[in-house]
Amino acid sequence: MIAAGRRMPADGRGWRLAAGAVALLALAVISLVTGPASISLRTAFDAIVHHDPGNVDHIIVTTTRLARTAIAIAVGASLAVAGALMQALTRNPLASPSLFGVNAGAMFFLVALAAFAPPTSFQVMMAVAFAGSATAGALVYALGTTQRARAFSLRIVLAGAAVTALFASFTQAILVVNQDGLDSILFWLAGSTAERSLHAVAPIMPYAAGAIVAAIVLARHVDVLAAGDDIAVSLGQRTVWVKALVALAIVCLAGGAVAMAGSIGFVGLIVPHMVRRVLSADHRWLLPGCAVFGALLLLGADILSRIVIAPGELPIGAITAMIGAPVFVVMVRRGLRHA
Amino acid sequence: MRNALILRTRCFSRQVDIKTAAVAVLLALVCLAVAVASLAIGKHVIGPIDVANALIGEGSRRDTFIIEILRMPRLLMACMVGAALALSGLILQSVVRNPLASPDILGITGGASAAAVAFLSFLAPVMSLRWLPVAAIVGASTTAAMVYLLAWKQGVSPLRLVLTGVGISALMASVTTLLMVLSPLASTLSAYVWLTGSVFGASWPEVQSMFFWLCALLPALVWVARRVNVLELDDLLAVGLGLRMQTTRLALVALSVALAGSAVAHAGAIAFVGLIAPHIARALVAHTFGGLAVVTALVGAILVAAADLAGRTLFLPMDLPAGMFVSMLGAVFFVYLLLRQVR
Repeated sequence: MIAAGRRMPADGRGWRLAAGAVALLALAVISLVTGPASISLRTAFDAIVHHDPGNVDHIIVTTTRLARTAIAIAVGASLAVAGALMQALTRNPLASPSLFGVNAGAMFFLVALAAFAPPTSFQVMMAVAFAGSATAGALVYALGTTQRARAFSLRIVLAGAAVTALFASFTQAILVVNQDGLDSILFWLAGSTAERSLHAVAPIMPYAAGAIVAAIVLARHVDVLAAGDDIAVSLGQRTVWVKALVALAIVCLAGGAVAMAGSIGFVGLIVPHMVRRVLSADHRWLLPGCAVFGALLLLGADILSRIVIAPGELPIGAITAMIGAPVFVVMVRRGLRHA
Repeated sequence: MRNALILRTRCFSRQVDIKTAAVAVLLALVCLAVAVASLAIGKHVIGPIDVANALIGEGSRRDTFIIEILRMPRLLMACMVGAALALSGLILQSVVRNPLASPDILGITGGASAAAVAFLSFLAPVMSLRWLPVAAIVGASTTAAMVYLLAWKQGVSPLRLVLTGVGISALMASVTTLLMVLSPLASTLSAYVWLTGSVFGASWPEVQSMFFWLCALLPALVWVARRVNVLELDDLLAVGLGLRMQTTRLALVALSVALAGSAVAHAGAIAFVGLIAPHIARALVAHTFGGLAVVTALVGAILVAAADLAGRTLFLPMDLPAGMFVSMLGAVFFVYLLLRQVR
């Protein structure tokens, strides 16, 4: 397995990662001042530093806009890191939460919960989303890998497609039966950062952050894992433990992302490939890079979703698909390579 | 060729395999049984004798109404749509020479759905609904062309075709969602039930329109059937045998797209029929395209009609879309195909 594309000279990587972080900060500021109500940069700054509970603009900034900015950053980072970890675990360049059914599984469990036991706390939702993504992920992994696992097999991709279709049809069944709540759920199904308050999603942020940090700490082991089972074992890695930890991180990240913002596709698929080109295929760089650039992509998409048909709003999942699908097709044409 | 019957007139000659014919007759009987069950079972159960009476117009007024206005059009629509999708899948699998090709995976039904939703959201107030199949077919063929061109790189490899199809399907799904979010609430609801694939509320004019499309497309299929057997062999061999490769391939893809598009226009995107019906047919009969096509069409019709019967009766008083049952069945079947490959 060869590193993806043109390998960049090592010395520029730190700068590129820092540039990504600065761009993310700039977008976060833009996100605070963009929306139906026009709010100046100064007001947005005041709202956070000298908050005045009587000022409507201040309330808009600290409740709606701050919340969706934080959610977009957390979800983008989670999905991209989950995608990179899945690509390492399955050694398949197409692995990602949306293509491998993990999002669909979490989505089905959440919709089932909403339909059969509606008023529950966010804690319960989170646990249910984790259970759903774990179930679907385990199913795809069990179906898709054989004894003689090759680095790239179409098989696991097809298993992912089948499991996605299965859970999607279950979800549709529930939605068709309970048509009353359909309209709000439909928007959320397509992915949305606007549906939740910061207070509601706060409990999930530590899990996401913890999983990302844990993944970065494990980066060297993930590198070895990505080289293949034989190599990993002969280098003395306790493969089962590393795999279990990586799987746990994936479940927390992907399930948490769905619980926060619904099913958002393509972020987990394309960001790792882009970061491999821009930064490095070394997971010590790749994983932080995915966190930064995944957040950047999703925050950018979120801002776009607010301004394209302002004062209306588009589902963010539709925007990531519009950006992601062409990138994916270009990737397929160039020939997928895996680091 | 002792197990075959030769049918020959002055300008038509076909060889009919006896085993294939037997299977086809058997499947036709199964289809008939499902049909009778569909007419008889429902919220009001009507006995088979009353069904027969109602069919010739001698039944009670209530039975006649239920069967003629409610159940019959729905049954016919299910059978025709199932057959059309199954044939579309069979043709694609032959052209691509890959058993995984199907109108869903290659994005063809996705494109048809997106075009149909666009039509329902924006053009329906000013244009007759009779144009809906045309819109769906235009969407399906645009998408098919897009996938094929994007996957082309000194030829088309099946892997690249499937992957490009997956990408474009996702794109079309997002376009569909976008259109539904942008359009007013009322049409959103109807479009969503319909997108799962449902023959709910099929009426006689719709049945006529679907029948018209099938009548227009099926003779072409009979005409190309023999060429497909040659096409499936190998490019060089087919050319050597005097087949005009590109023309035939283009004609077949166009036929497949038109079949899928007209089915989607009438009953929404019923997923997986195009994938699994040809597989079931191949397990039942020998591999010649003509016989396979007949059996595939019957299997597709049975699948959708049975799924609709289940959706209509299992969860009374709810009426669930047929597409839901087909895609559950299809996903399970797909998993089975994967598991079987292990051995």
